[in-house]
Amino acid sequence: MFTDFLYVLRNYGMKTSFNEWNSLMDALELNLNEASLTEFYYMARALLVKRESDYDRFDQAFLEYFKEVKTVEELPKELLDWLSRAHEQTPYDKAEVDARFEGLSLEEIRRMMEERLKEQKEQHHGGNKWIGTGGTSAFGHSGYSPKGIRVGGPGRNRSALQVAEARNYRDFRDDSVLQIRQFQVALKKLRLLSCREDGPKSELNVEKTIEKTCDQGGRLELVMERPRKNQTKLLLLMDSGGSMWSYAELCSRLFQAVNQASHFKDLKIYYFHNCFYDYLFTTPSCSWKDKISTEWVLYNLKEEYKVILVGDGAMAPSELLYRGGSLDYFHSNDQTGLYWLETLKQRFPSAVWLNPIRESHWDYTYGSYTIGLIRERIPMFPLTAAGLEAGVAVLKKGETGL
Amino acid sequence: MLQFHGSETYIASDELIRSVNIAAALRKPLLIKGEPGTGKTMLAEAIAKSLGMELLIWNIKSTTRAQDGLYVYDTVQRLYDSQFGAEGVDDIGKYIRLGKLGEAFKREEQTVLLIDEIDKADLEFPNDLLWELDKMEFYIPETGETVKAKVRPIVIITSNAEKELPDAFLRRCIFHYIAFPDAPMMERIVKAHYPELEQKLIDSVLEAFYRIREMRGLQKKPSTSEVLDWIQALAIGGIEPERLEKEIPFAGVLLKKTEDLQQAEQLTKGQLRQTERRYVY
Repeated sequence: MFTDFLYVLRNYGMKTSFNEWNSLMDALELNLNEASLTEFYYMARALLVKRESDYDRFDQAFLEYFKEVKTVEELPKELLDWLSRAHEQTPYDKAEVDARFEGLSLEEIRRMMEERLKEQKEQHHGGNKWIGTGGTSAFGHSGYSPKGIRVGGPGRNRSALQVAEARNYRDFRDDSVLQIRQFQVALKKLRLLSCREDGPKSELNVEKTIEKTCDQGGRLELVMERPRKNQTKLLLLMDSGGSMWSYAELCSRLFQAVNQASHFKDLKIYYFHNCFYDYLFTTPSCSWKDKISTEWVLYNLKEEYKVILVGDGAMAPSELLYRGGSLDYFHSNDQTGLYWLETLKQRFPSAVWLNPIRESHWDYTYGSYTIGLIRERIPMFPLTAAGLEAGVAVLKKGETGL
Repeated sequence: MLQFHGSETYIASDELIRSVNIAAALRKPLLIKGEPGTGKTMLAEAIAKSLGMELLIWNIKSTTRAQDGLYVYDTVQRLYDSQFGAEGVDDIGKYIRLGKLGEAFKREEQTVLLIDEIDKADLEFPNDLLWELDKMEFYIPETGETVKAKVRPIVIITSNAEKELPDAFLRRCIFHYIAFPDAPMMERIVKAHYPELEQKLIDSVLEAFYRIREMRGLQKKPSTSEVLDWIQALAIGGIEPERLEKEIPFAGVLLKKTEDLQQAEQLTKGQLRQTERRYVY
């Protein structure tokens, strides 16, 4: 069953599973594509693609698999089989065919189709595409299969390959939106439930209800309570410096997961470049106009904030240890980076550092010295789903002393 | 086989019609994603109307649990009733209230079930519905009853992509992304809603609309529902089509954020300045 198409899809990074492939086979069995390749394109897309960011991958895979097919004969045998079955299956079609093409064998019709295909190629295309814009697909040969393709107004006449080739969904390709779910699930565990002071009492406390009802000698007395709400406040500090660019995609996933997590009571995100000093920044570009005083952040956010730092921690030792060691030539720092790191740790006892560098490399990669210094002060975890989960577990405990 | 073709007021693209029909034929839920205002919810209404079926809507909120869609056992009512010796307290079935999914299963005729904005609910919500949507049945332990769909409803699920949906769930759905309509498509949509509108006004409205939509840095792009509102506002206000080239009347109908409005203002001013400059030369 031209299974290699499935593998082409998977090669392009789609996670098409056997279940979905089976559904496609079912659909073909029902002849939902009405024996047309254009319909097959849309049908396969609806069944196999599950997010708009994958549309482009599908288009590419479809092109690769079907572009070599220049004549009807080169089509995968199975598709051809379906084609030949289509006219036998539906009595309506057969009647139509019989009426118009009485005495023609399938072979002859197929040959006619090929001829027409060639004609179209010359007239409308001139290229090497095997289906023209003339409004019929290879299989929707006019008159042969009235149900083949009902083509009408403009924009409808495009063949499957042309649609695929247009790659209309290229802009939707956003690899970073993938797999944020794992991060989201890990972040969900970061919750600290406690009763709110305000809000309606809308939850039934069963234990207390039983107790009260017994006290009343069996007359029902309901005890309602205020539901518990997550009280976690999160402060996210992200390194957006040059060395982090290679991890941009990974960080953006984490960023989206954090941003979409609606269960935090408060969320603050600031950026820094390699190491932070007197100022943090409100935008990833770390431009000077978006600065915010680190001191202001430290003293305006209460200590109950949980802190997640994201950065590779790899820098020149001077950036962490020297006054004036800041990478920014024009804005020298009065205190060392290490000082600020320790101040942060004192203010927010519950803090972890997530590092996109692979854990096994921490000890000998470039910057292993500074990574080590940071690790002595703030627990460090790799920026992976598992690492985040471990980090969240540590954050939940409260104080993250080493 | 039932065939959906769009309706008088709901103009669907061919691709969307294909997806709906595939989903109906394969008896799988259809998951619809797309920008807000592209008519995701309207689709279910249009399908129900054009196929002559009843529409059941299950609106998902952040607090909705999967269980709510199946049934709710009203224990409190039962406890109260038992106090006063009301009739039929021993019949648990009386206190089982079916949710929207349960209702759809119980109907004799096929229905269209819309699960609206599934991404609003908890992360695990879609996973809790896998079996029910697959097998179209669920079990009520309180009464020992299995509710099984007599006729499988056509299930339409919409999502605004606020949360990623789990893979296991996605695998069971037919997926369709409603792309933002292009100008000819939009013209058909506008005409379906306002058949008497002059062509000249439609042309200038759409021209202005796509100009605004393509402005860079818009926080919230105006969508189909907004352009329809805008046309109504323009018609009521009696605005001449020519005015749209110079300014954007009732911009507040199109743009909902203060920053966006300011930007639109600057855009029109910028164009005026260009015309002035032309006079200088």
